Amino acid sequence: MASELYLVWIELYQLLLVALLFVQCLSPRLQKPRVENWLPVMAGLGVVLALLNFNVQGEILSRAYRIDRLSQFFKILVCMGFAVAVLNARRQPSLIEEKKADYFLLMALSAWGLMFLASSVELITIYLSLELSSYSLYALVALRRQERRAAEAAIKYIFFGAAATALALYGFSYILATQHSSYLVDLAAKTWNWSAEPLAVVGITLFMGGMFYKLALFPFHFWAPDVYQGASNETATYIATLPKLGVLVILMRLSALHPGSQVAQVLAVLSAVSMTYGNLAALVQTDLKRILGFSAVAHAGYLMVGLVAGTLEGLDAAAFYTLAYIVMNFTCFWVVCRVAADGRNLTLGDLNGLYKRSPILAFVLAAGAFSLVGLPPTVGFMGKLFLFASAWNHGYNWLVVVAALNTAIGIYYYLNIVRHAYTEDQTERTPAVQAEPVYSNLWGLVLAGLVVALGVMPNPIFEVAVAAGSRLALP
Amino acid sequence: MWQAGYPVLTTLVFFPLAACLAVVFLRREKTIRMFTLIVTLAEVALSLPLLGFDAADSGFQFVERVPWVKTWGLAYYLGVDGISLVMTGLTVAVLPLCVLCSWSSIRERVKEFHFCLLFMTSACLGVFTALDFVLFYVFWEAMLIPMYLLIAIWGGPERRYASIKFFLYTLVGSTLLLVALVAFRYAGGSFDIPELMTKSYPFYFQYWTFLAMALAFAIKVPMFPFHTWLPAAHVQAPTAGSVILASILLKMGAYGFMRFSLPLTPAASQYFAPMMIAVSLASIIYGSAVALAQNDIKKIIAYSSVGHMGFVTMGIFLFDFRGLQGALLQMLNHGITTGALFMMVGAVYERSHSREVSHNLGLGKYLPAFMALWGLFAFSSFGFPGTNNFVGEFLVLLGAFQNKTWIGLAMIPGALLAAAYMLRLTQKMAWGAPSGARHWKDLNAREWVYLLPAAFFVIYIGLVPRFFFNVVDPSLENLVKQVKHRTTTVTGVTGLRPVIELGPLIISPAAAIERDRVRER
Repeated sequence: MASELYLVWIELYQLLLVALLFVQCLSPRLQKPRVENWLPVMAGLGVVLALLNFNVQGEILSRAYRIDRLSQFFKILVCMGFAVAVLNARRQPSLIEEKKADYFLLMALSAWGLMFLASSVELITIYLSLELSSYSLYALVALRRQERRAAEAAIKYIFFGAAATALALYGFSYILATQHSSYLVDLAAKTWNWSAEPLAVVGITLFMGGMFYKLALFPFHFWAPDVYQGASNETATYIATLPKLGVLVILMRLSALHPGSQVAQVLAVLSAVSMTYGNLAALVQTDLKRILGFSAVAHAGYLMVGLVAGTLEGLDAAAFYTLAYIVMNFTCFWVVCRVAADGRNLTLGDLNGLYKRSPILAFVLAAGAFSLVGLPPTVGFMGKLFLFASAWNHGYNWLVVVAALNTAIGIYYYLNIVRHAYTEDQTERTPAVQAEPVYSNLWGLVLAGLVVALGVMPNPIFEVAVAAGSRLALP
Repeated sequence: MWQAGYPVLTTLVFFPLAACLAVVFLRREKTIRMFTLIVTLAEVALSLPLLGFDAADSGFQFVERVPWVKTWGLAYYLGVDGISLVMTGLTVAVLPLCVLCSWSSIRERVKEFHFCLLFMTSACLGVFTALDFVLFYVFWEAMLIPMYLLIAIWGGPERRYASIKFFLYTLVGSTLLLVALVAFRYAGGSFDIPELMTKSYPFYFQYWTFLAMALAFAIKVPMFPFHTWLPAAHVQAPTAGSVILASILLKMGAYGFMRFSLPLTPAASQYFAPMMIAVSLASIIYGSAVALAQNDIKKIIAYSSVGHMGFVTMGIFLFDFRGLQGALLQMLNHGITTGALFMMVGAVYERSHSREVSHNLGLGKYLPAFMALWGLFAFSSFGFPGTNNFVGEFLVLLGAFQNKTWIGLAMIPGALLAAAYMLRLTQKMAWGAPSGARHWKDLNAREWVYLLPAAFFVIYIGLVPRFFFNVVDPSLENLVKQVKHRTTTVTGVTGLRPVIELGPLIISPAAAIERDRVRER
């Protein structure tokens, strides 16, 4: 066992972070070193460590925990996302200063759970990791000073979450009962076919339903806009990005089971409904986070386009799109958090005249928004192109057409964001931009640069995603 | 074939982009203007190596090709043939004029304005030189953002409505283009346009991809009934925006038809030709008739664009060599003439602060030089012999008469209407009772500088179009030959339909396909 510890350096490192944060929680409040000063550096180190560990492979814990290219790729993304989320939440106007260490502790725990999720190849392990990453989030949502909606959002989140978990567990029991194994490797060898094993198909569908809850796919999306709106801007940033990674990696692993065309049909319909519904609902919103919440619903639909085809190409495209989605969401939320200096919820009107208050943030926001639409030369476009190309001619051409038309619906509200930032003049009521211009502009530009760079040169990263996906072919 | 190491096209496409990054760091407005002007002039200089274009060769020249995303077969692939060379030249030439004509009219957010202009240039040049379908699409879409900002920030009072309408319309059109190109990757095995051109596709496939592409291109052209965004955008856009719209953006739609629809879906193009011809006719007549009823000078010219572009699409879908020649020449002419007219409207607007015809009367006495040039461009606009448009329109008419006499006859009222609205406008502007023109100054040096080149080309192309034909003829001949050859040999379902079929064709495309499938068997 000890000899295998090198396989899980990243997890151990994250555990170290959790432990350090725990100590900081217990120590007298506001003691130096301040958590917001050391944690970003440590999280950055974690990214380096994850990068170094990209090539290790192996299996531990009686084959329930698998370290391969796929898991390592996702762990790198989790580490990066965690680092950005920490940077983003360094200064939180809507959080009492003393609670900061606790806040980051919960966040680190959630990221830790996501790392486990990336490597879990056994249903019970998957379940435990998923819960580890979710439970801390439930608490995180409620951490917003003097905000009733935060409490409401937390309650909604936990209720929906509990229901979805129950659903997944129920499905899981069916799988176990009919296929007599909880290992994905064994399950992949079984038949998944409605006529032979109906209960197993029901089981896997229910299990996936639990995953879709995390992804906010229609009809499991009801929590998303409310939670985004109720949670503080920084928390919403985290919820909108990292958990999607965990879900995607599980869906990719599950797709090795080839659950048959029956499930794929359901997925395709859900995907189409989800993107259409999300985009239509977002059209009428004025709260920026609600818009992004509905946009998450729509993007969950896009993501499914890669998964319904069930091809390796599709999985690669989906992996790349998730990465793209996370980068562009971070970009948008970064600006949201900077502009809301007092931690309020931004409306579209609050963006008025942003180009004057902070030209750089306005540009960053435009890059993020246009990328969410899928306009070149951003990563959102490349991601969409790959998704469409992978799904074409696998029996779901109609889905590609629906997805393409949805771009046209979506453009209106994303364009609205840019329009408010660039063409409307600011009024008395528009809030001041957060201080620390150098810091916020610099990181904002880095994110916007990523959005464009990945759109122009997707090759290096895509090859990695391809490598990650291809490993899946040999489970 | 051009071979040495210097990447002409890449430099041409990315030099403005690099310059627009540099603009960000400039501070004084004057410096920004000067810098942009120098950059655009340098761009003209950078395009000089294109003169080495071998006019006898009908293939793509100055080709540059680097793999881009190998997994999906994307390549960074640039090249020009006669058709794209003309458009590239037009784009490069129009740019300095745009900078000059916004010298005094743009006073706010000067830095962003020139940033958008330069970004726009890169994207436009990219559209005309890209030979990879995805690369083309990237440039095609990338151009929307700066154009949107040009209208939305520096536009007239209705700019919000106009800019959003422009963006929504064009984006809706191009979403299906994306699907079409994905479909082509599956059917043809790559995104490589020259390679896709060599393959042939089943009629059913051509049918749908043609429709998907045609929607994108028809909106961009714009063809009746998709033209409604154009007058709004033209009228609200600042002068430079209108010029770019008229001279470059509208050409992209027609260019798309020539580059993609005709060579990739020849059979479907033939099949839909009656519809396209009917729609072009409608554009010509409707655009011209509506132009006659306008009181806003910019609106008159905007609607005249719809009419002129009708000539272009008509020429393309006649499948006749003369028609294509005329269409391509009309694209160039429209860019020169209408661009110049928009610049002149901008110039007179700076004096009168109104675009109403009734506020700009009687300029002949006080602004003789202005009126003389206006007269030249106005006459060119309705195809007066000796000007550039005459040659183009004549060729299209010739093509139409060769195709079907009645098509040619039906176009005549359009040409007459053009003369009617342009003469009416010119007459009022020149000889109407002056409203406030007494105190206005005639053209200043800057205005002379940006109007004279256009005037020169109006007459030069009008009198000696040979140079133009030398460049484009081989490419066009090749195009016509390809289309004819591949329609007849490959699919076997061609044979031009009578126009009667148009009705059911629009109402129930499914039925039409079914009928074809039956016939195929």
